[in-house]
Amino acid sequence: MSGLQIIFILVAAVTLFSALMVVTVRRMMHAALWLVLALFGVAVMFATLQASFFAVIQVLVYIGAIAILIIFSIMLTQRVLETSGEQIIRNWWLPALVALVLFGLLASALSLWRGFGEQLVELPAGVENIPALGKALVDPAGYAIPFEVASVLLLAALIGAIYVAIDRKEKAK
Amino acid sequence: MTFWSDPFTVVQQWFNNLLATIGFGPIGVRIVGMLVGIVILAVGPMLFTIFLIWVERKVISRIQDRIGPNRVGPFGLFQPFADMVKIFIKEHITPRGADWLPYNLAPVLAVAAVLMVWAVIPFTVTFFGVDLNVGVLFIIAVGSLGEMGIILAGWGSNNKYALLAMFRSVAQLISYEIPLVLCSLVPVMLAGSLNLNDIVKAQEPWFIVTAPATAIIFFIVSLAEIGRAPFDLAEAESEIVSGFNIEYSGLKFGMFYVAEFLHTFTVALIFATLFLGGWRGPGAEQYPILGFVYYFIKVGVVYFLLMLVDGTLPRLRIDQMMNLNWKTLTPISLAVLVVFPLVDKLMAGSPTWLRVLALAGSNLLVLVIGERIGTRRLARAPAEVGSRDRPVARPENVLSQPDSGAR
Repeated sequence: MSGLQIIFILVAAVTLFSALMVVTVRRMMHAALWLVLALFGVAVMFATLQASFFAVIQVLVYIGAIAILIIFSIMLTQRVLETSGEQIIRNWWLPALVALVLFGLLASALSLWRGFGEQLVELPAGVENIPALGKALVDPAGYAIPFEVASVLLLAALIGAIYVAIDRKEKAK
Repeated sequence: MTFWSDPFTVVQQWFNNLLATIGFGPIGVRIVGMLVGIVILAVGPMLFTIFLIWVERKVISRIQDRIGPNRVGPFGLFQPFADMVKIFIKEHITPRGADWLPYNLAPVLAVAAVLMVWAVIPFTVTFFGVDLNVGVLFIIAVGSLGEMGIILAGWGSNNKYALLAMFRSVAQLISYEIPLVLCSLVPVMLAGSLNLNDIVKAQEPWFIVTAPATAIIFFIVSLAEIGRAPFDLAEAESEIVSGFNIEYSGLKFGMFYVAEFLHTFTVALIFATLFLGGWRGPGAEQYPILGFVYYFIKVGVVYFLLMLVDGTLPRLRIDQMMNLNWKTLTPISLAVLVVFPLVDKLMAGSPTWLRVLALAGSNLLVLVIGERIGTRRLARAPAEVGSRDRPVARPENVLSQPDSGAR
């Protein structure tokens, strides 16, 4: 077993364990912190795949912004941060079944993809992959449409948030 | 390469040879070399901070017409060492009900987030931690880990004042991160790379000449990111006790203290790398040691400016601070990001001096227009809240009521 595989197994174990902790731990704040650790594990995985851009973006967007958002929303919405109720609902087998089916579908769809079984090739030193990524994102033959759709989605979320948050003047009268 | 022109490579090669003669394989040499590099890059700045604390105290006391530390050692040079020993032997007090892991993890994260920035800074041609191809993004991402440290400190202390101070600090940091990111994109655009080494090499002339307005905004935003005056309202020394770190004592408090000083210096490092040409200077390519000297002279100048601003400017109120960020700095940075590539494309065929002139001109123009629009709103009379008469709480005193007699 190579060093990279050992690192992968360790990181994957930590990520899965902290993902499990996110949903089982009772304190909401601790759940958020475990989520940060899980997301960090994903960032390390990107780093081991030589996708340094994704690793850094993972830290920046998920850990930086979303973790802070989660923490803020937890602190601003709930007075008691510990719940004492049941943690497992009675009909737990139904969501479990749905999750299992979804996982199966995704796995089978991905296994049909030809990149699935390919051996990883180490990038030669000095190759810049970020400009290629940038060009692919705005190239019509590349990912321009998904990129734009995602931007529109984010814009819609932004406008929605402003609409919810704004003071309406007519109401004050 | 002789020792005097490039000590870094020479020492590194000597060390690698030493390891190889001891009996390490090539991978072993690499791993041990990396570990030693990490230790040097982590311990060096921490020790350097001791000196920085002395410099800062001296400069600030000169501004305030005092002498500053002058008893321990020549010019009070050993005062920080005495303080360090004091802080080492102080008692660690953990408040009752503190959340143990976040409480203890917070000071570590605060220091680590600052030290990690040093890993990608190119100190000279041959001396840098990692040649990371996403260096600028890395710096910003690591900065958000520092915010995590503050959140953990405010949450873990089990103190409502620490929690409130944490909200204020984090709100400030997140808000000012937006213009910080937008401004650091301008050097990235000019250099065509996210790699800090490439950004330094592309600075012909320095980016502060090509994009002066961006550099100014970046400087202001850096001040806010390190929580210095005029943006030090989260831990205003004369008004409130402290910020999110009130419940910390002994070495844990010392970690926050060191992180704050180190962050100031690190911000100067980033500014010098992005806008002042890093290690560039006459002869720096042939003699890397010269580049090191140039770099630290530039950093010293920026650091001194930061201290001057810190020592002289009055503090902003929280609404003024947020207004400055969201209504002035962020729109200007966004406008620069639109105008800059446009001008760059228009001037693509022209000689370098003309291109630089056009870019700098457009940059400054955006700043002036944005500043005019921003201050015109401020020139209007601010909406008054409450009354000038005391006591404030009487209903007839509230100005918003049209029939109120108070005016």
